Amino acid sequence: MVQVIADIPVVPPAQRGYWSGVLSRLKRDPVAMICAVILAALVLSAAFAPWLGLADPYQGSMIARLAAPGTPGHLLGTDEQGRDMLSRLIYGGRLTLFIGLMPVVLAFFIGGTLGIIAGYVGGITNTIIMRVVDVFFAFPSVLLAIAISGALGAGVLNSLVSLTIVFIPPVTRVAEAVTSGVRSLDYIDAARASGANALTVIRVHVIGNVLSPIFVYATSLTSVCMILAAGLSFLGIGVRPPEPEWGLMLNTLRSAIYVNPWLAALPGVMIFATSLCLNLLSDGLRSAMNVRD
Amino acid sequence: MLSYFLRRLILVLPVAFGVSVVCFALVQIAPGDPLTAIMPVDATAEQQAAMRAAYGLDKPVPVQYLIWISNLLQGEMGRSIASGRPVADEVFGAVGNSLLLAAAAAVIAFPIGTFLGFLAGYFRDTLLDRAVTALSITGVSVPNYWLGIVLVIIFSVNLGWLPSMGAGPGGSQDWQWDWAHMRHLVLPAVTLAVVPIGIVARTVRALAGDILSMDFVTALYAKGLSRGDVLRHVARNAAATALSVMGLQLGYLLGGSILIETVFNWPGSGFLLSNAIFQRDLPLLQGTILVLAMFFVGMNLIVDVAQAAIDPRIKRS
Repeated sequence: MVQVIADIPVVPPAQRGYWSGVLSRLKRDPVAMICAVILAALVLSAAFAPWLGLADPYQGSMIARLAAPGTPGHLLGTDEQGRDMLSRLIYGGRLTLFIGLMPVVLAFFIGGTLGIIAGYVGGITNTIIMRVVDVFFAFPSVLLAIAISGALGAGVLNSLVSLTIVFIPPVTRVAEAVTSGVRSLDYIDAARASGANALTVIRVHVIGNVLSPIFVYATSLTSVCMILAAGLSFLGIGVRPPEPEWGLMLNTLRSAIYVNPWLAALPGVMIFATSLCLNLLSDGLRSAMNVRD
Repeated sequence: MLSYFLRRLILVLPVAFGVSVVCFALVQIAPGDPLTAIMPVDATAEQQAAMRAAYGLDKPVPVQYLIWISNLLQGEMGRSIASGRPVADEVFGAVGNSLLLAAAAAVIAFPIGTFLGFLAGYFRDTLLDRAVTALSITGVSVPNYWLGIVLVIIFSVNLGWLPSMGAGPGGSQDWQWDWAHMRHLVLPAVTLAVVPIGIVARTVRALAGDILSMDFVTALYAKGLSRGDVLRHVARNAAATALSVMGLQLGYLLGGSILIETVFNWPGSGFLLSNAIFQRDLPLLQGTILVLAMFFVGMNLIVDVAQAAIDPRIKRS
């Protein structure tokens, strides 16, 4: 009897993967989809900026300074050095999006690893990692980012380092919380009892269960990171001139608010739109994954 | 209650120690020699060594930390490189202005945020709820330094109603409670209030929604309590969490006002900080960050204790 049953080929049920389910739920969310399209357009136009036939973003003209949007040849006008705004806004997306998103990606990997280790191993390892995290939580994120960037000085790499340091602690805390939750479940004990070593248990049984809450949490940080990254450049401790970057452009155009006020506000519109889309997409992802706060 | 307070206080000490280490490390990670700013260019190697010894920079880093922290505990935070004045004097004067701005923003944000959040939570899944949710997500997504510029464009440049910078007429630094000074507070405080309005509204909405769907609310209605009496119970239940979110927001307002202070030239700690950064005035940078972070740590402690005082369930856990 036993053999007969064993011989029956086991046909796995036609089950869709977890992520494809999330994706199909996300596709039915119109707000999230619009945001995804806008973000994709921003990223693509920034990435392919040199091939879009735009004006040179570094080439200024002393006679065409602060031209209003709609000026022939300059669809969105020109900045305080006569450089084409449309071109600088599109090129500006390259650095702004990179410094706005990369720290969260790095923090996701570093903080996620630290948190999973702390949550799984527990004991003294957990204490050491989490107490260090507590110290960084004692700084408001804006303050910490400005403190580190201020000490290190301006520059793309320094901004990247300081923002990554800012976002590692929150990701670590969330990763630790979900991992220690999973760690206490019976099937982990069962896996350990059957002789699997720690790495195998983490790889096979833990990662799959903790990754999506950590991921959703990390996406919710992107909007703050974006605002902070541009904020550092706005303060003059991020990207250096003459690079086009939205925060820096907002700063240099401040002197123009009495001449051509709405031109001066344009770079901020880009930051706002991006951060709003990131927030709405993250919210959509959260409900598509059914992750509760 | 006292034992809970002391227990929390003991937990704060290692964090405060860590914060001091981070602030000390800020100067260590700064590129360049900290002495170049104050040393004459033609100083001989001997003079340089003497200067180094005078500032204790010839000693190993842990020893330097111990010297720094023992000075700090005696209230000695060093001197600003740019102005030559004691860092403590500079920082505490500026923190007062920042506190004023943060408090004004909190006075605007907390009632509005609570009211909107409660409306949305009470009328869940209605048009009103959606409007509030949209408003709060806009609030948390807006880069407030840009919003500040937009408000300046509207209310200072176009309408000419409010001043665009400073904390008083003619760049005065002494705060007074008259309209001439207070009109300088309006734009920065409103700008700074937008993010906490969004966060408080979001939190209160979730809280009110959760509590209203609890069994005890149904029981209270069944007992025949009026709507107002039931809401009083709901408010009592929500108070502890709402309070902790607001306390933390107050801390964030103080730390987060740096960008806004720069936009409006508000003479607070953030303005001081950005000056310190550009003049490479590391002692001033370090001192300002330390005071702001310690304030935030203290705020967290107060919030924890106040929360436990309101809701005895927290003390037990």
